[in-house]
Amino acid sequence: MREKKPSLWLRLVSLLIYAYIYIPIIILIVFSFNTQKLNVRWEGFTLHWYEVLFNDANIGLATRNTLLIAITSTIAATIIGTMAALALQRYRFPGYTLIESALYIPVIIPEVVMGISLLAFFAFIQFSLGLLTITLSHISFNIPFVVLVVRARLHGFDKSIEEAAKDLGANEIITFWRVTLPTILPGVLSGALLAFTLSLDDYVITYFTAGPGSTTLPLRVFSMVRFTVTPEVNALSTIWIFTVFIMMLINQLLTRSNT
Amino acid sequence: MSIINSVQKLSLGKVLRENPTAQGLLLISPTTIYLLIFTIIPMILVAILSLMIRGMYGNVVYQINLANYVRLIDPLYVRILLYSLGVGLTTTVLTILIGYPLAYFIAHTPIRERSLYLFLILVPFWTNFIIRIYAWIMILRSEGFLNQLLMNIGLIEAPLNILYTPTAVLIGMVYEFLPFMVLPLYTSLEKIESAQLEAAADLGAPPWKAFLRVTLPLSLPGMIAGTILVFIPAMGMFVVPDLMGGAKTILIGNVIRNQFLVSRDWPFGAAASILLLIMTLIFTLYYTRKAGFSEELLI
Repeated sequence: MREKKPSLWLRLVSLLIYAYIYIPIIILIVFSFNTQKLNVRWEGFTLHWYEVLFNDANIGLATRNTLLIAITSTIAATIIGTMAALALQRYRFPGYTLIESALYIPVIIPEVVMGISLLAFFAFIQFSLGLLTITLSHISFNIPFVVLVVRARLHGFDKSIEEAAKDLGANEIITFWRVTLPTILPGVLSGALLAFTLSLDDYVITYFTAGPGSTTLPLRVFSMVRFTVTPEVNALSTIWIFTVFIMMLINQLLTRSNT
Repeated sequence: MSIINSVQKLSLGKVLRENPTAQGLLLISPTTIYLLIFTIIPMILVAILSLMIRGMYGNVVYQINLANYVRLIDPLYVRILLYSLGVGLTTTVLTILIGYPLAYFIAHTPIRERSLYLFLILVPFWTNFIIRIYAWIMILRSEGFLNQLLMNIGLIEAPLNILYTPTAVLIGMVYEFLPFMVLPLYTSLEKIESAQLEAAADLGAPPWKAFLRVTLPLSLPGMIAGTILVFIPAMGMFVVPDLMGGAKTILIGNVIRNQFLVSRDWPFGAAASILLLIMTLIFTLYYTRKAGFSEELLI
């Protein structure tokens, strides 16, 4: 069965589905180079919208905020999440099952509910909304995803190399830095990349935890496309798509080197 | 003082070195604390909030009652809830119909090519989801590409109004959630051994019967995982209706958002959230019990 090639009609249907996935993306990219502002039909090639984009101070600020939040929350979630993955994979302790299932809460509950619960929480402790509240919230939805990814990689980890290191006289800390971490590093980086992407992508939770002056790119794009179509957003989308494409290529290479 | 400190440090270090339970607890504690503060306590707060009432100025009056839940039985909200359920279910069914052939195709291509096909599914969906909605706004609006195409080939004379209708919302939702169905389905389909299908063929089953009796049941865990990953976010979604549904399409997610940020009736919004949460929990528990799966949720 596995050796048999998919039938012609199945390949045809799949081709159509791939077209359905990619046509909107291609239209988006092509029309970022269109001279016509209303973007109704193709008029001519221009890089004008990229120039507009780079001179847009709001976009600049939003980009800075987005990267700041994504980098900070990724680092924090990766460290905390990797520790938890090690704990869950290697040790048994009281409350194990409880924590294991609690980790699924942010994955399973609707985003809007998580968003309003964080908003209510910050209001309750009278913490003013801004970059810090967004970052704290992003860390909380990123931790479970890092744990899931790192645990999946730890699953195939050969413990005997750690024991070998200890037999050779390395203590816990040296064993971790010299043996454990390098071995699980591709998994950790993979988890970090997922966390980074989720943070970049997030609209709903950011929307509820943002304050004045802490607008991120998704929030900015939302307000730009709410009532109108503008080629500037096409230019931004094009850059975004290529950035993601490169990040995913790196991830693919990491995954490959791990297996 | 310093002596006491160093004694404590020594004994703590010793405990850690010799006690794996303590090591495990130490490693898990940041996650426990973080989850407790930023997930569990906020949830408990929402549950308590749902039992309060809104004051004159949008403030919260601390007076325990069930008024908000009684208000949710109002036909207006029941209709919105049923409509959200309908949108969630339709989205799920459509993603299965589109996603199944695709997952089946990928699972049956030579192993070398599979990662490329999976990669091709993931790239657009790792891009920002507002951007993906925007792409469809460009296509569906009255002067958009779909209308131009249909008018150019003479199929229609006046542009169709698709954007800002419930249909547009469904188109947007299916496009958003398709990979969440394809990936778990692929994980299930990929595990099916060719021997099982050969056995079916040897016993005289025609391909369609082998599909119905062997492939389909064995891919059920993937379909259920996909359903959870699609149905729950689709139920609570308010961004797609906001951008593509106009004022006509209001889902439960929009109600919750509006109560918190527009009408400032936090207790009622909290009650609606709790209701949504209970519905999704019942749904998840019911389906995870029906079929054992774990790998499929790990996309």
